[in-house]
Amino acid sequence: MTTTDTPLLRVRDLTVSFPTAQGPVDVVKSLDFDLPRGGALGIVGESGSGKSMTSLAIMGLLPKGATRTGSVEFAGTELTQLRERAMRSVRGDRIAMIFQDPLSSLNPYYTVGAQIIEAYRAHRGGVTRRQARAVAIEAMERVHINDAARRVDHYPHQFSGGMRQRVMIAMTLSMEPELIIADEPTTALDVTVQAQILDLLAEIRADTGAGLILITHDLAVVSEVTDHIVVMREGDLVEQGPAERIFTDPQEPYTRMLLDAVPRIDDEIGTLRTTTTEEAR
Amino acid sequence: MIRFLVNRLLGMVVVLFLVCLFTFLIFFVLSPDPAVQICGKNCTPEAIDQIHANLGLDRPFWTQFGTFLSGLFVGRTYGTGANMIDCAAPCLGYSFQTSQSVTDMIVQRLPVSATVAIGAAVLWLLAGVAGGLISAVREGKFADRFIAGLTLTGMSIPNYVLALSLQFLLVVTLQWLPFPHAVSFMEEPGQWFANFLMPWIVLAIGAAAVYTRLTRANVIETLQENYVRTARAKGLSPGLIWRRHALRPALTPIVTIFGMDFAGLLGGALITETVFGLNGIGKLAADSITKNDQPVIMGVTLLAAFLVVVGNMVVDLLYTAIDPRVRVGSTA
Repeated sequence: MTTTDTPLLRVRDLTVSFPTAQGPVDVVKSLDFDLPRGGALGIVGESGSGKSMTSLAIMGLLPKGATRTGSVEFAGTELTQLRERAMRSVRGDRIAMIFQDPLSSLNPYYTVGAQIIEAYRAHRGGVTRRQARAVAIEAMERVHINDAARRVDHYPHQFSGGMRQRVMIAMTLSMEPELIIADEPTTALDVTVQAQILDLLAEIRADTGAGLILITHDLAVVSEVTDHIVVMREGDLVEQGPAERIFTDPQEPYTRMLLDAVPRIDDEIGTLRTTTTEEAR
Repeated sequence: MIRFLVNRLLGMVVVLFLVCLFTFLIFFVLSPDPAVQICGKNCTPEAIDQIHANLGLDRPFWTQFGTFLSGLFVGRTYGTGANMIDCAAPCLGYSFQTSQSVTDMIVQRLPVSATVAIGAAVLWLLAGVAGGLISAVREGKFADRFIAGLTLTGMSIPNYVLALSLQFLLVVTLQWLPFPHAVSFMEEPGQWFANFLMPWIVLAIGAAAVYTRLTRANVIETLQENYVRTARAKGLSPGLIWRRHALRPALTPIVTIFGMDFAGLLGGALITETVFGLNGIGKLAADSITKNDQPVIMGVTLLAAFLVVVGNMVVDLLYTAIDPRVRVGSTA
């Protein structure tokens, strides 16, 4: 039942909780949002707002002990009902993920080529070395890594930060996923490289028609690539809506505060605005 | 790569030279005059002078050290004229007690120590890595706690207690193992194996305990690495994640400590060899210390230092093969 009307991702009442000595603590509270096919959604919030947990909950990769309730429907399939084996065939193949720190997210012991084709081999099976290598080189070329045929045999430590993140993106690309979840993909990178990576994500989205969830604390980042924004705070959904509207006409004081906290070049020099819990309440 | 090798080799030579120097210095300064010991009861000052001259002990420190060093590489001679003894390289001198060549004594006993070391190493490596893996997989469960208890016990029992208890239990009380007596492998393989079984177990238990803890900690830490999360997000099966992404990084540090431990053990297991009456380097060291047989003590000390330095070098070389980050000339 995958008609054009079904959203690519439909999250309803998603709750993630961790057991603590004082009883369970909800880090994501009853979250609802939709992502249309080919759409780009930004999840914005401070650290600790539950945005990363939301992405891990979608992937079914929550840390040990965490529990997930509610519904995550991906292209008509209820992911929370899938067995681990079936979920594995979704991960990497249909939903791919990019993480914050590309150096620690790549295994230092294997060449980037080996790591790019790993998922391809696991999901497609029965590929020869040569085919797999060709896939890796092609993926690296698509993320604009120069001299890909040679670089494919290099190790992660031989790449710069931005290039490593390109490798991570190449890794997801080889599978042609329907949804890419990027969790703070630019946070560990310097500003000029950030822009390049965001451009690359936008380019890939346009090329492949894949849906994108971009998780970040940086409003400038979401404003560039996403068309729908979810604002989260302490596990709660504060506000969601089209990106345009969120930026021009935020309904919630907390959203306004986040927007105001972004330093502007034409600002008078003064105190750096920060968000405080009391203010927003 | 070649430059790296040359650098390492040069470093090794410097370390070994310093070890030689300090060992020689210690014996030169600290030990009682060997001539008195050699000369025996009815000794005259002339006889002592004669011994000094024969051994070269009447010459200054640097001359003696120089002769000792060149003896290691090209051999040396003792005495003059008809009494001259030629000591071929590598010459470590002669035992004050038995007048045997120290080099010969070491060469004779090295196979015993090597047998002890290899057997024990195989045991502790298997037991340690297996125990660590089981512990890591069953973290916090019964098996993990049980193994933690075993490792604590294994690390706490002194070797000599374990050795004597095992002997008493397996040989005297239960009579599962025959009483040890010297045989060669060719004659009686069964007895030979039984002879070595207890020393292997005794030496392996303490080390296996350490390796279990190390493996457990490394594996648990590696499983929390971001790249393991990436592997999961790629949809790889747990088996593949374990094999490719967890084991290799987790076991690499084991190589380092294993190289050192094994090299150290090759240089003799003092207590274990003595308790089980095995004529290895360890027993040789123990005997020569009690008899103050300086050339032998020095020979054994140098051998142990040499083995550790070489072991270290082998580990470094292995590392360049297993960890791409240390591979030389591989910067972007």
